[in-house]
Amino acid sequence: MTPLLKMEEYSQKVMDHFMNPRNIGEIPDADGVGQVGNPVCGDIMKMYLKIENNVITDVKFKTFGCGAAVATSSMATELIKGKTVEEALEITNKAVAEALDGLPPIKMHCSNLAEQAIKAAIEDYRKKNESAKQ
Amino acid sequence: MELNKKIYLDHAATTPVKPEVLEAMLPYFTEKYGNPSSIYSLGRENRKAIEDAREKVAKALNALPKEIFFTSGGSESDNWAIKGVAYANQNNGKHIITTNIEHHAVLNTCKYLERQGFEVTYVPVKENGIVDVEDIKKAIRPDTILISVMFANNEIGTIQPVKEIGELARAKGIYFHTDAVQAIGNVHVDVKDQNIDLLSLSAHKFYGPKGVGVLYIKDGVRINSFIHGGEQERGKRASTENVASIVGLGKAIEIADANIDNYNEKLLKLRDRATKEILGKIPYSRLNGDPEKRLPGNVNISFEFVEGESILLSLDMKNICASSGSACTSGSLDPSHVLLAIGLPHEIAHGSLRLTFGEENTDSDIDYLLEVLPPIIEKLRAMSPLYDTFTKNGRI
Repeated sequence: MTPLLKMEEYSQKVMDHFMNPRNIGEIPDADGVGQVGNPVCGDIMKMYLKIENNVITDVKFKTFGCGAAVATSSMATELIKGKTVEEALEITNKAVAEALDGLPPIKMHCSNLAEQAIKAAIEDYRKKNESAKQ
Repeated sequence: MELNKKIYLDHAATTPVKPEVLEAMLPYFTEKYGNPSSIYSLGRENRKAIEDAREKVAKALNALPKEIFFTSGGSESDNWAIKGVAYANQNNGKHIITTNIEHHAVLNTCKYLERQGFEVTYVPVKENGIVDVEDIKKAIRPDTILISVMFANNEIGTIQPVKEIGELARAKGIYFHTDAVQAIGNVHVDVKDQNIDLLSLSAHKFYGPKGVGVLYIKDGVRINSFIHGGEQERGKRASTENVASIVGLGKAIEIADANIDNYNEKLLKLRDRATKEILGKIPYSRLNGDPEKRLPGNVNISFEFVEGESILLSLDMKNICASSGSACTSGSLDPSHVLLAIGLPHEIAHGSLRLTFGEENTDSDIDYLLEVLPPIIEKLRAMSPLYDTFTKNGRI
């Protein structure tokens, strides 16, 4: 059993987003929902998007995972709120990590999950849109 | 509660050095600096200090002083016991038996030996975290040279049937090693009564200093030297002795041995109260490991739908130090091998919390824990998609 990662390895911003996550919850009538990760690895992120005129007007998330997983989910929702779908798709895992003043190296995979959650939710939105058009 | 007072509930990780232990050690850094191998009095006195410590360890284990060898800690003792016996006895066979819940100091040493041409059987434990002696018996082959089974597990605290395994090994002429790092100071250890040939211990688990341990080697056991060099430790483990730490280990084991019954009783009360009340207050939680045959200070509980590191971070913000079997605290992707070995699914193993009580803990520490832990789990569950699915569908 390994002791907890030293707290100093998490930036103040990470701890702030972990203790006070932004946009937590769900959107019942979401336009796009994406879930990534799996319980076996100990990380699951579920992201809900409300999209009007191609702009993300609201976003919520739920996450099962470590401090970095919660903080990256929270930061990712902040970064894409108010952005167009195309702008949101350009957000990389690196951008999420940088916005949190960095992550410990072994936690970088958590930021991949945030990027993937955004992409999965937008893909779901596009699929729904296409089927609505048909 | 005092502001910023830390509540330390991680005594299986390490313990603070007792003031009287530190006091015994201090002169050996400054005025008593002699090399124990020197013949003048400054050296001879230090030789005597080491031999006094050796006698104290021998007394606590019911061994002979000449069977006690000082090392740098538990991991070194495990490495030495297993590699030393394996190499010295390989002409009689190359098969080793251990369990699937050993400390990595044992498991990774066994894996290393497998790459060197030895064969290792990792006997699985039962769901309660205890190995069945019959399963060890079945694993024995004509070429088995060593059985290594830990005295008590570091994560779930389960106490293994060491005496019975020792008896079995002795009847078959197989050497028996036990990693007793977590047991010393917590439960009675008697190498004669429990049929132990080799035993590892580490001082910092019983209020001694870090970086010093012991390997007990029963007189007559065939084992290779660990560090080649001078004549220290009867030529089996060369290197100028860590005098201050050895003195500290001797003092710490003397105190631990004298107080073991009181200490045991105190920890049992804390353990049983914490376990009962946490399980009672927090739904979807379960105790890992046998409820009775476990270390007196060990609580290991899994909380479904939440992840361990998140619990630890949240507890840390409330000044409580604890640990977890979650992958995220170890830098690997898999949760604890011990929790998987007792049959926990991955997602539940990720949500485990280990609390290990010690000397300075009181009932008011548990009051405080019971005040802060339930809202932490509730908050984490409220943000968990797994809990969401569970509450909506009745399953994950």
